[in-house]
Amino acid sequence: MTVLSTHEKLDIDNILSGLENYRPKRRGWTWRQPEAKLEAGPFTFKDMSAPLKNSVALPSAKFFGDIDPQSKCSITTEIASGRFEDDIRRMRMAAWHGADHIMVIRTAGQSHYDGLIEGTPQGIGGVPITRKQVRAHRKALDLIEEEVGRPINYHSYVSGVAGPEIAVMFAEEGVNGAHQDPQYNVLYRGINMVRSFVDACEAKHVMAWAGMAQIDGAHNANATAREAWKVTPELLVQHAVNTNISERVGMSQEDICLSTVPPTAPPAPCVYLDLPYAVALRDLFANYKMRAQMNTKYMEASTREATVTHTLNALVSQLTHADIQSTITPDEGRNVPWHIYNVEACDTAKQAFVGMDGLKEMVQLSETGVLRDKAREIKERAVLFLEEMLEIGGYFQAVEDGFFVDSGYYPGQNGDGIPREIEGGIAAATVYPRDQDYMAPVTAHFGRNNVAQYDAEAVSDPSALIDGSTFEKPEKTIYIDELDENDNVGLRLAESHEFRKSPMITPEAEWAGDGTVLLTMFLPVDARVAAAAAIEFAKQMGLEEAEVINREVMHPAEGTRIELKGRVPFKVDVSKLEIPPEPKIISDDELREAIDNEPMRIVAGTVGEDEHSVGLREVIDIKHGGIEKYGIQCHYLGTSVPLEKLVDAAIELDADGILASTIISHDDIHYTNMRRLHELAIEKGVRDKITILVGGTQVTPEIAREMGVDAGFGRGTKGAHVATFLVEQRRQKRND
Amino acid sequence: MKREDDFQSRRAHLAELSDAELHQRFWALTAEVVDPLLELGKDNTTPSIERSVLLRMGFSSLEARAIVDGVIDRGLMGRGAGHVVFKLAKSEGLDLRTTGLALAEGQLWDRAACLFEGEAS
Repeated sequence: MTVLSTHEKLDIDNILSGLENYRPKRRGWTWRQPEAKLEAGPFTFKDMSAPLKNSVALPSAKFFGDIDPQSKCSITTEIASGRFEDDIRRMRMAAWHGADHIMVIRTAGQSHYDGLIEGTPQGIGGVPITRKQVRAHRKALDLIEEEVGRPINYHSYVSGVAGPEIAVMFAEEGVNGAHQDPQYNVLYRGINMVRSFVDACEAKHVMAWAGMAQIDGAHNANATAREAWKVTPELLVQHAVNTNISERVGMSQEDICLSTVPPTAPPAPCVYLDLPYAVALRDLFANYKMRAQMNTKYMEASTREATVTHTLNALVSQLTHADIQSTITPDEGRNVPWHIYNVEACDTAKQAFVGMDGLKEMVQLSETGVLRDKAREIKERAVLFLEEMLEIGGYFQAVEDGFFVDSGYYPGQNGDGIPREIEGGIAAATVYPRDQDYMAPVTAHFGRNNVAQYDAEAVSDPSALIDGSTFEKPEKTIYIDELDENDNVGLRLAESHEFRKSPMITPEAEWAGDGTVLLTMFLPVDARVAAAAAIEFAKQMGLEEAEVINREVMHPAEGTRIELKGRVPFKVDVSKLEIPPEPKIISDDELREAIDNEPMRIVAGTVGEDEHSVGLREVIDIKHGGIEKYGIQCHYLGTSVPLEKLVDAAIELDADGILASTIISHDDIHYTNMRRLHELAIEKGVRDKITILVGGTQVTPEIAREMGVDAGFGRGTKGAHVATFLVEQRRQKRND
Repeated sequence: MKREDDFQSRRAHLAELSDAELHQRFWALTAEVVDPLLELGKDNTTPSIERSVLLRMGFSSLEARAIVDGVIDRGLMGRGAGHVVFKLAKSEGLDLRTTGLALAEGQLWDRAACLFEGEAS
């Protein structure tokens, strides 16, 4: 198999080619490798894991030696735009931002599909999970994990009426984790409860054989209940039922992950409400893994609000613990997630955990008081729930009586639970008792299996009867490519061919060539008028299908923040762009030699009323790789230095250059300062002798030069860039 | 059902339990809830389980569906769909895949039915 090149796009055609014979590299879940003391940049981290070979670090990493520490817990991203071929590129981007658990959402309605879907039809809100699609994803991830240098777990859903078949297909295809919880079928998908539990036993047994990590479905109760924090006793019961049955059909504790979501969100006092529940859960389920999910229940269209909630969710994870931190894209409240928001969500989790590293060495949860009292209360309420379930006749009867997802704080009940009939629901009456001679000659089959009637020695290995099942002999697996000639990946790729194989590009949110852009604007009118006006602006800008996806009141009369999406109806040929060349950098050795041969001196300071000195210090200081390291003598005059003082100091010290930093940019004050600096040097008769360089985050090099200075340096400037310019400029002056 | 939160009166018998005892009670009750569910799983099968068996025997999803539909029609689910293919292959002297494909195409069902006739438990 070919290796991915960091500078090349992943070619979906390569992934699809030879798929019929592709076999996954491994089975089972892989946890991250914790590192007790990770040395990175100037820091020692306490709660991190082995670093990646290739990644994109947080934007501020450049201030700390470009470090990119990775949390101890796995990080999940949920991907499924409806087209699996486009999701592959998103997976690669997410992996570079720290995701090692890729969860693929199924298309709407798949849980009611009685059997496996085949081929690559397009989905809605997810992708139809098929063998071809799963195999292509696993193959792509096998490449991507080599590129980033960390195993990536691939995950989907073993639920609905085809659970056992899906579990088998997943085991064959090397899927590493799956949701499996019969209660989800029963409560939220209306599938017959007897069927769901019988199927679950087989599906879980298969998952156990494959070493898949299982995530349960309990969190759906707090996404459904009106007042989510009140279903916490029931959540413990749901977790327990699924955990217990999973373990008893053979799943190892290590593979049983509880899906837990902090139930509330601000402006509720969410940490105060969520923490006791998190503690109660971890007390009772100490032997199992925690998959912490971010809250979706109260998500609105503001990505900022969602991000803060999700950061607080990570705080709860850090204060207790999480083995997997799942992320929710902050745009889920407005649309099917976009590429950039998958990445944002991964970054939010990464940023939060690295920022909270070592927190528990300094902050501990109180062992007494309200936290423990509340946790105890939730646990007692859960025990009472179990007691009453048994009293009335067990799990099925409790469901039929509407015990579950009731919004009352149990034992309080509001009578608004989700009741299901034992004999009713989808696929009712499809459960068949096994006869005395019932037999299945395959591996990982659960329950009574009369293999002995054929061969007593095959009892421990029923597949010996058929010379191995597909689990022992993967070559026996039958691969179906496509079934629908009007709905498949080949047709979709033909449509997007231009955007994949030519220099033509167009913006993209979900799918290659979708043309989607997001505009943010403030309109100085009330929210209703703003929404209407925004559409008009979009139209006049030439956007098609414009739609307001978020509006936030800044003030009822003064104005509204609008976010709007629309489609760009044109494309750009990148081969025809004039792209400024990368700034030239002279090698460190050559720079040192040039300064050794002829010393150089500069004066520096932030100018105007500007106290932002970090960037300038980075460019100067030897310890940040600044120009001092080449031997350039730097006289740092401090912050908010008057322009005239800077020029006078340069004259007095006989300096070769002035380095002025200017971050503040309102009314273009930074450019005004540049021009003034240039003029002062002329007035004092030293402009020819002194090189003037100006830097700052809002500085555009071209405009800086128009203001009369020798060069401007923007975001991302390093000492080497500045030293290179100074040395080159001097050489040029000599030559002139 | 609607009920006021009567937690304080209901919890009387739990009040004196230590945390460890409470946890133990929680898991003992859970096991009691799960016991009958697990028995159902051991003693029953479903179309999806039988199709999953056939997948593992080397049949495609389409073939597995056709075979299990035939097994249901002939009242043979209690024997196991994989069993039907296996036993028929042995008695016909055919390999498993040929046998399964024949069944998927609607052939050999009379022979299969014969094989299991009178043996029902």
